[in-house]
Amino acid sequence: MSKTITIDELAVPFKEGQTIMDAALAAGVYIPHLCHNPEFKPHGSCKLCTVNVNGRNVASCTLPAVEGQQVLSDIEELNADRLALTQMLFVEGNHLCPACEKTGNCQLQAVAYYLGMMSPHYNHFYPQREADASHHDVMLDRNRCIYCELCVRASREVDGKNVFGLSGRGIKTLLVVNSASGLLGDTDLAVTDKAVQVCPTGAILIKRHGYAVPIGQRVFDHITIKDVQTGGGDE
Amino acid sequence: MTFELETAANPEGLKRVVIEPVSRVEGHGKVTLLLDDDNRVHQARFHIVEFRGFEKFIQGRPYWEVPVIVQRLCGICPVSHNLGAAKAMDMIVGAQLTPTAEKLRRLMHLGQVLQSHALHFYYLASPDLLFGFDSDVARRNIVGVAAAYPDVARQGVSLRKYGQEVIRLTSGKRIHGTGAIPGGVNKNLSMEERDALLKDIDQMIAWSRDAVELIKKIYCGQADFHNGFGYFKSCFMSLVRDDGALDLYHGGLRARDEHGQTIFDHVDYSSYWDYIHEEVKSWSYMKFPFIRSRGREEGWYRVGPLARINNCDFIPTPLAETERMTFKAFGGGSATQSTLAYHWARMIEMLHCAEGIQELLHDSDLLGTDLVNRGERALRGVGVIEAPRGTLIHHYRINEDELIVRANLIVSTTHNNQAMNEAVRQVALQYLDGQQLTEGLLNHIEVAIRAFDPCLSCATHAVGKMPLEVELVDAGGKVIDRLRKNSDGRCDA
Repeated sequence: MSKTITIDELAVPFKEGQTIMDAALAAGVYIPHLCHNPEFKPHGSCKLCTVNVNGRNVASCTLPAVEGQQVLSDIEELNADRLALTQMLFVEGNHLCPACEKTGNCQLQAVAYYLGMMSPHYNHFYPQREADASHHDVMLDRNRCIYCELCVRASREVDGKNVFGLSGRGIKTLLVVNSASGLLGDTDLAVTDKAVQVCPTGAILIKRHGYAVPIGQRVFDHITIKDVQTGGGDE
Repeated sequence: MTFELETAANPEGLKRVVIEPVSRVEGHGKVTLLLDDDNRVHQARFHIVEFRGFEKFIQGRPYWEVPVIVQRLCGICPVSHNLGAAKAMDMIVGAQLTPTAEKLRRLMHLGQVLQSHALHFYYLASPDLLFGFDSDVARRNIVGVAAAYPDVARQGVSLRKYGQEVIRLTSGKRIHGTGAIPGGVNKNLSMEERDALLKDIDQMIAWSRDAVELIKKIYCGQADFHNGFGYFKSCFMSLVRDDGALDLYHGGLRARDEHGQTIFDHVDYSSYWDYIHEEVKSWSYMKFPFIRSRGREEGWYRVGPLARINNCDFIPTPLAETERMTFKAFGGGSATQSTLAYHWARMIEMLHCAEGIQELLHDSDLLGTDLVNRGERALRGVGVIEAPRGTLIHHYRINEDELIVRANLIVSTTHNNQAMNEAVRQVALQYLDGQQLTEGLLNHIEVAIRAFDPCLSCATHAVGKMPLEVELVDAGGKVIDRLRKNSDGRCDA
């Protein structure tokens, strides 16, 4: 008999070693998240996936599922926190969705839509961040980085290269690359690397491919991020 | 070709009258008049009060992003900026467009010009033309038109809707789509989409013919008045096809002087800088372009529908060509210089667009799948297109990293800057000079500006809801007369 946890009154089975997030996604239960990707070790930094487990708020992507856990996720209080966190991500960077080539394929934008974000709410920081297009095939646009470290993990764990890393602390955190010049073009990054494919926003882009997919055929044009990430959809 | 009334010789002590904002135009502008104690006009200026800065803030962005960013200059004719920038990027990626890509872009552009011309004529200009320039301000708007002329209003709305549907099916969205990309387009038309457009095109052509008849009837009904309203002579500039035909998407630059003599012809637009320069004046955010060989004082010119219809040798669609011939005959065979003839020329173009759309929809290339081409990359690209309001120039330089390092945009309304100022001055002299100011008289100035359909680089406007306040201040700074139009259209003294 499989073990179960309860998420929003739904019994969700899990296997030993799975996190609450793993169990939820496997059961088709969506918990909003940005820094989590099932292909990589949990990171627990974006805090969007925070759930209430037996009265305590914890990151569902890092907390192992344990028999009998009572998990609250889709509740007003937590969704309000998720919305506020998402709004903060928008104002801390320069996310100009109307002109961004990742529009329609962007997980940050899709989460914002899912959470019903109608405006950034907070004052924009308008930080000065540079785009690095020195690489022949890949562009790094730091304006759109949300510091999920998926590229850092992909480069280290899959590509074996350590191209990306975070530098600085707090609001001065910056995505940096591993080259003496500090330029992407001087790293050993290849366009086929996993690190290039994994960015949830438009921070790492394959050059000269922008807008090739017409409106109406992009990932989130017709279905929500919940359906994409839980395998739901039209039914 | 004078600059009379641009700057008063002795502005001290003159009364300043301001029309701000100018309503029923795209964007924000104002007019200032300097009058003496007898209300004689000493200075008249048309100002653009907004500053956009697109040329600066796209620096550092990748070239493939630019066609999508710069179309945000406008919500009425974003397709023009999208295509102007895309044409420049075609040069940068070294692309020769496939037939499918070029025809889809042409279709998108025709839809765009059709909807923009419909918007301008029916929504913005027709209230003046149908009710009179100094008619009751409360109904001098599209709502008033809908009440008094429901069929006319419905046709205007439907034509605009059809044009926007053409844009949606070729670019993904009615406003700010992504259809044109460097080297081509990102989608073709499906058979279902093509058939949906074909279903209504005959009606659009019929209504466009009605529109030409309507403006012809209005214009010729008071021919002397309309001919003389804000009249002045100028040069004209537009793109023409290799054979001299009207072509809104591509061609060489042609300029003719106020006598119809050719200044330059079939000029490769990538060398536009050899032929056009821009002057900066301290009192306006908008530059003043002029034809280099003629100099600043003699070289300013008009662009847009009137320039295109005057400049082209023929229109390559039959119904519009017949109307062009009528238009030309009305002008005595030479270029028509009248400010209000813009409206007539604009409706001839709208008919051409409807015919052109029909012709393209029967072309199977629209269903093709060969959408993008690439060649040898260049570091400089120039794209020129005939936007609804006139010649639109996009010029970019990129660096080796493929980021924009320099941009120069000369938009249609900028070309017309001096001409709009001249129209304002002529109307001020004709109708306001020495008169007691009324809302109706001031509207005459706006009528002249509206004829150009100026797009003041802003997508936000509210038809009939823009408050207008005019103050007459005496030499001592005391307000002696005030008129205010509220957002509900009522006027208070």
